[in-house]
Amino acid sequence: MTQWSGYLGLILQGALVTIELTLMGSVLALVMAFLAGMGRVSRFFIVRALATIYIEFFRGTSIFVQLFWAYFVLPFAGLSLTPLQAGVLALGLNVGAYAAEVVRGAVLSVGREQYEACTALNLGRWQGMRHVILPQALLVMLPTFGNNAIELLKATSVVSLISLADLTFQAQVVRSQTGSTLMPFLSVLIIYFALALVISRGVRSLERRMARGLDGVRV
Amino acid sequence: MDWDWNFVWEIMPTLIQGVKITILATILGSILAAIVGLGIALARRSENRLVSRSVGWFAEFIRGTPLLVQLYFIFYVLPDIGILLPPLVAGVIGLGLHYGTYTAEVYRAGIDNVPRGQWEAAKACNLNGRHTWTHIILPQAIPPMIPALANYFIAMFKETPLLSAITVLELMNQAKSVANTYYRYIEPMTLVGAFFLVISLCSVVLLRWLEHRYGRIER
Repeated sequence: MTQWSGYLGLILQGALVTIELTLMGSVLALVMAFLAGMGRVSRFFIVRALATIYIEFFRGTSIFVQLFWAYFVLPFAGLSLTPLQAGVLALGLNVGAYAAEVVRGAVLSVGREQYEACTALNLGRWQGMRHVILPQALLVMLPTFGNNAIELLKATSVVSLISLADLTFQAQVVRSQTGSTLMPFLSVLIIYFALALVISRGVRSLERRMARGLDGVRV
Repeated sequence: MDWDWNFVWEIMPTLIQGVKITILATILGSILAAIVGLGIALARRSENRLVSRSVGWFAEFIRGTPLLVQLYFIFYVLPDIGILLPPLVAGVIGLGLHYGTYTAEVYRAGIDNVPRGQWEAAKACNLNGRHTWTHIILPQAIPPMIPALANYFIAMFKETPLLSAITVLELMNQAKSVANTYYRYIEPMTLVGAFFLVISLCSVVLLRWLEHRYGRIER
C-alpha cells in the first residue's frame, strides 16, 4: 500500500491551482463578455464589427489551439507569458466570447416597453442601461453564466498540457509515480464534479437573491 | 517573428493528414454521441426509477467533469482491467460519451415538444410501446432538433485537439511534432488555428442552412 496521503496532498494542491485558474479566468471572461456583448448592441458600426470579430474568432477556434498559440507563439512575438498567465488569458478570452452572446441575448430580451419607459423618464442611454435594463438582463444571464463557469472549470484541465500543475497534471504525476491509474483519475474526476456542483449551487442561490424585488417586473 | 511560406508548404501535407484524422474522429464521435444521447434520453424516461435515476446521475457526472480527464480515464484505466483500446477508438468513445450527455438534453427537449395528443393518438390506434416510439414520436421529435444536435457536433469538432493528449495523431499532434522537430512554432500553430477557423466558419454556414431547412417544423 503506497502513501496515499502524500499523493492526496499533491492532488489537493492541484485543486487549488484549478480553483485559482477558474476564478481568474471567470473574472476576465466576465469583463470580456460585457465589453463584447454590449459592443454587439452598440450604435456604432465599428464597435459592432470589432465585437463580432472577437466573438467569431474565439468561438471558431478551439480553446486548446488558443492556449498553445498564447504559450508557444506569443514568445516569438516578444510577449512571454507564464503558463498561468497564458492559461488565464486563453480561458478568459474563450469563455468570454461565449458569454458575450449571452449578454447580448439578455439585453435584447428585455422588453421594448422598458426602453420606452427609459426614454419617457428622460434617462440617457447609459443611465437607462445601468438602472433599468441591466438589472433585469442580469437575472436572465445568470443561469447561462453558471453553465459558462462550469465550462471554464472543465476547460482548465487543458492547461495541464502546457505544464501548469493543475488537478489533471497532478493526476498524471501520481499515475507516473505510483503506476496506479484508477485512484488518481477517479479522485480527480470526483473533485471536478464537486467543484461543478459548488458553482451550480452558488449560481442558483445568487439567482434567488437577485430575483428578490423583481417579482412584479418579470412575468 | 518572421513568417516563412516555404516552411508552410513543406509541412502542409503532414497537417492535411492530421485534418483527415480530426474529421474522422469528429464524424465517428458524432455518430456515437447521437446514439448515446438517444439511449440516455430514453433511459431517463424509463418507468423503472432505479434506471432513470442512476442514468441521470451518471450523465450529470460526465457533464460536470472535463473531457480530458475522461479521455485519460479511458486510455489509462481501462487497460488495467483488460480492455486495451487503440488511441483513436478510446478518443472516439470519450468524445461520444461526453457529448452524448449533451445531446441527451436535446433529445429530451425534442421528445417533450411532441404534443400529448400524439401519444394519446398512438394509444388510440393500439400501437405498442416500440411502434409508438419508432413510428409516431421520434419521426416528429428528431427533425426540429437537428440544428441543436449539429451545434454540439461543431463543439465536439473543436474539442478534438484534446485527443492529441492520448497520442492520437490528429491535427494538433501533427502540428506539435512538426513544431518540435524544426523548433518553429509560429507557422504550425497558426495554421492549426486557421484550419479550425475555416472549418468552423463553413460549418456555421451549414448550420444556418440546417436551421432554415429543419428549424421550424410547426404543425
